[in-house]
Amino acid sequence: MSVITIERKVLEKNDEVARQNRTAFAQRNIFTINLVSSPGAGKTSLVEKTLETLKGRVNIAVVEGDVQTDLDAQRVAKYSVPVVQIVTNGACHLEAKLVQDALVNLNLTNINLLIIENVGNLVCPANYDLGEHAKVVVASTTEGDDKPLKYPAMFRNASALIINKTDLLPYLPCSIDALKLNALSINPSLEIFETSCTTGKGIEPWCRWLEKRSVKETGAR
Amino acid sequence: MHELSIAQSVVDIVLQHVSADEAHRVKAVFLKVGDLAGVVPDSLEFGFTAITAGTALENAKLRIERIPFTIRCLRCGATSTQEIGISICAQCGSLETTTIGGTELHITEIEVNDPEETS
Repeated sequence: MSVITIERKVLEKNDEVARQNRTAFAQRNIFTINLVSSPGAGKTSLVEKTLETLKGRVNIAVVEGDVQTDLDAQRVAKYSVPVVQIVTNGACHLEAKLVQDALVNLNLTNINLLIIENVGNLVCPANYDLGEHAKVVVASTTEGDDKPLKYPAMFRNASALIINKTDLLPYLPCSIDALKLNALSINPSLEIFETSCTTGKGIEPWCRWLEKRSVKETGAR
Repeated sequence: MHELSIAQSVVDIVLQHVSADEAHRVKAVFLKVGDLAGVVPDSLEFGFTAITAGTALENAKLRIERIPFTIRCLRCGATSTQEIGISICAQCGSLETTTIGGTELHITEIEVNDPEETS
């Protein structure tokens, strides 16, 4: 019997394509975020509010990821921004190669910010680097305040946390302080924003963060 | 359930390291999987068995070593194995910690039977 000793990361192929994506974004001065959450936390609503708020301030393109349908891309297309839909046909997450292939169909001329909306899932997308500069996790108040403890890998890998649906807090047993504490115990460096896509509250600080980060990461403007 | 695509990546990597002639003699593939790697070992084994059935690697078994989530405190230097994901030093309570284990998803060894051996 013989033993072949290797020391290789299982997802090295994805990581390699992610590196290529990152290089492509850097060359074009595009700040890219990977938006993740459980299904129904409000990712697409947040994308819509962000497009509305940053109109005329930042040129944005969007990649939508879903298991089925192009409903989200249709919603985003109403804002007259470049958008492409990835339908994974059952797969629970986006991989770097899917994004790389999708970028071919996206007009990135003059784009400063690319938003990749991942498939709604707090588990699998944590493993797959897409080449983004920042992962942003959305947790809605209806999901309860213990989500960070239940899905630590996702919160650990994120740069920012958006606590969405804050307008519903009066009707829910969710404690926003407990949610923040739980998130920070997993990842003390998380930037935290509180938003309501229904009332628009808290959207502006989030958008300012996006503007600031895109200048910092890309050196553009 | 992304374990199936991870199993496929394991197969791809193994086949890069063994010849076509050796593939059917691969007995075991050793992996290190961190507690915070977001991978369910049972699902990974199931996926691996499913995609290697009827192929040259059908005799291969996965041998998975779990790596506990471990942090080191940048303040007091203590190393602690915490509840999964919690980045607070168990010794002094500092938030300034660095993860030293538990995020691995690595292939470390491939065990191949000699031609005369049976698996």
